[in-house]
Amino acid sequence: MKTLLQRNIRDRIMESLLVLSTIVVLLPLIIILVHVVVNGISALNWDFFTQELGSPSRALQGRPTGLVHTILGTLVVDFLALFLAVPIGFGAGIMLSEFPDHKLNPTLRVMNDTLNGMPAILKGLLAFVLIVKPMGTFSGLAGAVALAFVMIPIIARTTESALMSIPWSIREAGLAIGLPRWRVVLSTVMPAARFGLVTGTLIAFARAAGEAAPLLFTSFGNNYLPNHWLGMLLGPVDTLPQRLYSLAISPYSHWHSMGWAAAIVLLVFVIVCFGTARYLTRQKH
Amino acid sequence: MTSDSDTSNNGNKEARELLRRPPSAIYRWLGDRIFAVVVVVLGMSIIALAAAMAYVLYDEGSLSLWQFGFWDFIRGTTWDPAVQLVFGALPFLFGTVVTSVAALLISFFPAIAVAIFTAEYAPRWLASIIDNLIQLIAAVPSVVIGIWGIFVLAPWMRDHVYMPIFTWAETSYPALLPILGNPMGYGMATATIVLSLMIVPYTTALTKDAIKSVPVEQREASRALGATKWEVIRMAVLPYARGGILAGAILSLGRAIGETMAVAMLIGNKNTLPFSIFGAGATMPSVIVNEFREAVESLHLSSLMAIGFTLFIIALVVNLAAAYMTRKFSIKGGQVV
Repeated sequence: MKTLLQRNIRDRIMESLLVLSTIVVLLPLIIILVHVVVNGISALNWDFFTQELGSPSRALQGRPTGLVHTILGTLVVDFLALFLAVPIGFGAGIMLSEFPDHKLNPTLRVMNDTLNGMPAILKGLLAFVLIVKPMGTFSGLAGAVALAFVMIPIIARTTESALMSIPWSIREAGLAIGLPRWRVVLSTVMPAARFGLVTGTLIAFARAAGEAAPLLFTSFGNNYLPNHWLGMLLGPVDTLPQRLYSLAISPYSHWHSMGWAAAIVLLVFVIVCFGTARYLTRQKH
Repeated sequence: MTSDSDTSNNGNKEARELLRRPPSAIYRWLGDRIFAVVVVVLGMSIIALAAAMAYVLYDEGSLSLWQFGFWDFIRGTTWDPAVQLVFGALPFLFGTVVTSVAALLISFFPAIAVAIFTAEYAPRWLASIIDNLIQLIAAVPSVVIGIWGIFVLAPWMRDHVYMPIFTWAETSYPALLPILGNPMGYGMATATIVLSLMIVPYTTALTKDAIKSVPVEQREASRALGATKWEVIRMAVLPYARGGILAGAILSLGRAIGETMAVAMLIGNKNTLPFSIFGAGATMPSVIVNEFREAVESLHLSSLMAIGFTLFIIALVVNLAAAYMTRKFSIKGGQVV
């Protein structure tokens, strides 16, 4: 039998080990954030937001280059993906929560979780086969579809739990005043769950916005702005995560610092989305 | 509170409108029918999507899978898209398994420690900060971690860890050199370190939820027996939470297996076995990223798709295992944003 002193010492040792582990886990995160900001801030100038990237010689000769085409492309592709993903995700979430006895629900739940756990790169391969191959060209549309595949399972899942958190008495009240079922869902349950729905959508959006793997062989990338606005959808288009990858593995030091700047933009974008989502979740309670 | 009163106001307004003008039977009957059909079709499209992914990857990979045979494709050690056009997936399978299992082993205890610390020791404000930071690790895009790895971590590890070990081994244990491999900084070890950081949030989130769900009587009973705080955790809390911990670990493993960009940027990309600890390697996702855009031969493309199919099967098994664990131990929540 150990003495009380030994046990207390062990208690203190374990406590300090726990603190130490926490620091060891969080320290790299802080280091990453500091490095990204320190290395990227100098390249984050006016040109960065207003100029096209162009060929590497442009940077080597010191002419102004930037990522305006990347930022616009990201917005187009991400919002199109959101537009495609929200109806399916909401629909599946409504099916799981409002038709709880439907016999396909267990299958849907398993399939949705499976899809959610699938590596994003496989979603890119799927979009490549479904969109890029028939179209015969890399396109923003294909990129949006690939990102929608990333968003859909997340939205479905969060929609289900947001709708489930609304008490059944609300639905019963709606039915009792004579609302048809679809009006109960659309006019009482979904407005009541709006914080949860927006939170889930934001999380899915931010998660997809950071993905590069599915975009590499769907929207492919482009050093210039498309000539025509439709070129964003029907031709190769640049997106931030994929451009960041290309800049990072390029041999030009000027492009490296632009990569760091792109990392800042991407990080700020993602953190704002997640921060808003967290803030809304806290508002709910 | 405000949201509740809002909805009841809306409800009242709508109720009054409806009483004034009762809706037709068609509005009710047809509306419900259309709504149910639309919702079920949208739900079904997710099932269709998952099925399509399996079918498409198999179909596109079938050229390669038929030519080499599934088992020989998986066991094949040669990946030569340039000269012989022979494709075997073993190097990538090996790289994926080794990096993700090693990453899980490295991150397992720290991740649990963070969960225990935030759930049991930290004051509320500190726990909330740590919680947000842990979630932030999951939120940082993997290309951002990749660029940091390329320009900061890999050179630093080469100069301060790999080279000293390598030069020490050179003089003292030359037999170790082939196992250690070329200490250029970009390789299996660097990729594993980055992976182990990236999967921490998943283990931590599920462990924390499992710890939170331990009944308070459980703690009070062991407290009453005179246990110290650590003994309470060790004997009453952790055994009760083991299901959540296990599910979190499996989920983390799944994330590590599928992690693409950071690994592709740091692992050094070498297609031939044997891999060494510091030396370059490759994983299934990394080889798809690196070669898919340049693949011209249809057999090469098909082999990459076949690797995707293999990756699909592995991810499927891991995910189903995690789903089984969470259901068996009925863990609620545990979602990483």
